[in-house]
Amino acid sequence: MPITVNDRTHDLPDDPRVSLLDFLRGHLGLTGTKKGCDHGQCGACTVLVNGMRINSCLSLAALHDGDAVTTIEGIGTPEDPSALQQAFVEHDGFQCGYCTPGQICSATAMMDEIANGWPSDASAELTGEIKPTPEEIRERMSGNLCRCGAYSNIVQAILATQEAQS
Amino acid sequence: MKPFDLQRADSLTHASQLCSERNAKPIGGGANLVDLLKLEVERPDRLVDINRLPIAGIERMDDGGLRIGALASNTAVAVDDDVRSQWPVLSRAILAGATQQLRNRATTGGNLCQRTRCYYFTNIDQPCNKRAPGSGCGAIDGVARLHAVLGTSDQCIATYPGDMAVALSALDAQVEIASANDRHRTVPVREFHRLPGDTPWKDNVLEQGEVITAVTLPKPVSGRQIYRKVRERSSYAFALVSVAAIIDMADGLITRADLAFGGLAHKPWHDPRIAEALIGKSPHEALFDKAADILLEDAQGYGENDFKIPLALRTLKAVLAEATGVQL
Ligand SMILES: Cc1cc2nc3c(=O)[nH]c(=O)nc-3n(C[C@H](O)[C@H](O)[C@H](O)COP(=O)(O)OP(=O)(O)OC[C@H]3O[C@@H](n4cnc5c(N)ncnc54)[C@H](O)[C@@H]3O)c2cc1C
Ligand code: SF4
Ligand code: FES
Ligand code: FES
Repeated sequence: MPITVNDRTHDLPDDPRVSLLDFLRGHLGLTGTKKGCDHGQCGACTVLVNGMRINSCLSLAALHDGDAVTTIEGIGTPEDPSALQQAFVEHDGFQCGYCTPGQICSATAMMDEIANGWPSDASAELTGEIKPTPEEIRERMSGNLCRCGAYSNIVQAILATQEAQS
Repeated sequence: MKPFDLQRADSLTHASQLCSERNAKPIGGGANLVDLLKLEVERPDRLVDINRLPIAGIERMDDGGLRIGALASNTAVAVDDDVRSQWPVLSRAILAGATQQLRNRATTGGNLCQRTRCYYFTNIDQPCNKRAPGSGCGAIDGVARLHAVLGTSDQCIATYPGDMAVALSALDAQVEIASANDRHRTVPVREFHRLPGDTPWKDNVLEQGEVITAVTLPKPVSGRQIYRKVRERSSYAFALVSVAAIIDMADGLITRADLAFGGLAHKPWHDPRIAEALIGKSPHEALFDKAADILLEDAQGYGENDFKIPLALRTLKAVLAEATGVQL
């Protein structure tokens, strides 16, 4: 079975060593997804697989046949950004921008996780509605490092998007 | 990365067969294995993709327990309604580990079998008896901040790094294992991981060709359930010390004290003498000190990790105090 990336289908590479990240960037030319550490330690490579965020650097592309992947290119375009992308611009949620595609993919899935009522390590209770407090957002976004330290503006951008949607 | 051949298993028997041949390994999410393949710490000839096997479900058992398929993701387990309400220490331990992205990919079987984060183990230019038997242990006289203080040997002082298994140990969960000749066996989580001894390359009791199929939890018990993890930063870091606890009280006396510890040893640490010392007593600080004495009586630091001994004492006391409502 082929893999679907941003609604287009592709054949998977023959070499089983190719990571999903290298497949997206090198084979498909979708260079929006970034390689920071290549070891699961920074989150720059975050993409959505069947709606769930994962680190594409630690996943073999060959295991993803039949899966639907969304990268930053599938989330919005400069002409038609998603609400979250727009909020990152308005709140200065980046400086160099290297971590930003990962941050936005991650935050896009995070908003669904909060809507589903999935708890985090920062949640006082494991059940019940989750309030998207800055503390919750920081914990839920801890898998996305930002060397420029744009963290407080990233939290603001996410909070603003959450508020606009609720 | 060394070339390998990737095979997809289409049944459990097929998976164990594929895994028992040559230098083969199963791959779950790959969140640990792919990292180690890149570092050439792991150099298998074959990887067996087990992800399409029908062992991802989470279901209640007739005896009131829970059966968690080996492919259930860390996220699926942590957010499962039964786990959250009946076995909350398991949700808490999983949520305290890694990040949402990693937990989405990590499987229950892979998380149990994750390898140590010892810096010498992951650097192929360094000596390490676990990775290269007989080459020596770089950590014993080296950088040992993350390392063990209990159950070490002169061959290896590595820690088991995971969180989920610490909660599973406190809950006395069982690991279900399949092998190529359809010989299935069940091993208590408390006996699944090993101490390093003279064979530090063996992390756990799995033999070549064996595949974990499920983890089962005994029926829920009453009491407070707590997972307390102490780490270098408050998120996205492995435990220095962690405590999983299920503590129950009746008429002012402790009636249950199931405790397990992470970050201290080559396995989640469980010492039945601690529960014996606590049960039937009314909680107070001197009793907690006694429990910590039992835990740490044979503890040995290696310089950089000496701090873990007082840290474990304080973390245990804090957890016991929180669970029993005692002011320290
Ligand atoms: C940056 C980073 C931080 C992390 N922080 C934490 C943390 O704080 N706490 C924590 O607990 N974990 C942490 N992890 C570890 C992570 O949770 C594990 O990498 C993950 O759980 C492994 O699961 P997997 O399914 O991806 O396993 P894989 O990587 O696929 O496999 C791991 C090992 O298990 C074996 N295996 C897999 N499935 C089976 C099976 N069914 N039967 C037998 N053997 C099997 C494989 O052969 C391999 O040896 C972290 C990881 C990273 C990269
Ligand atoms: S502690 Fe164990 S894993 Fe680390 S270098 Fe020594 S032998 Fe290797
Ligand atoms: S590039 Fe994948 S986590 Fe850093
Ligand atoms: S904006 Fe530069 S790394 Fe985040």
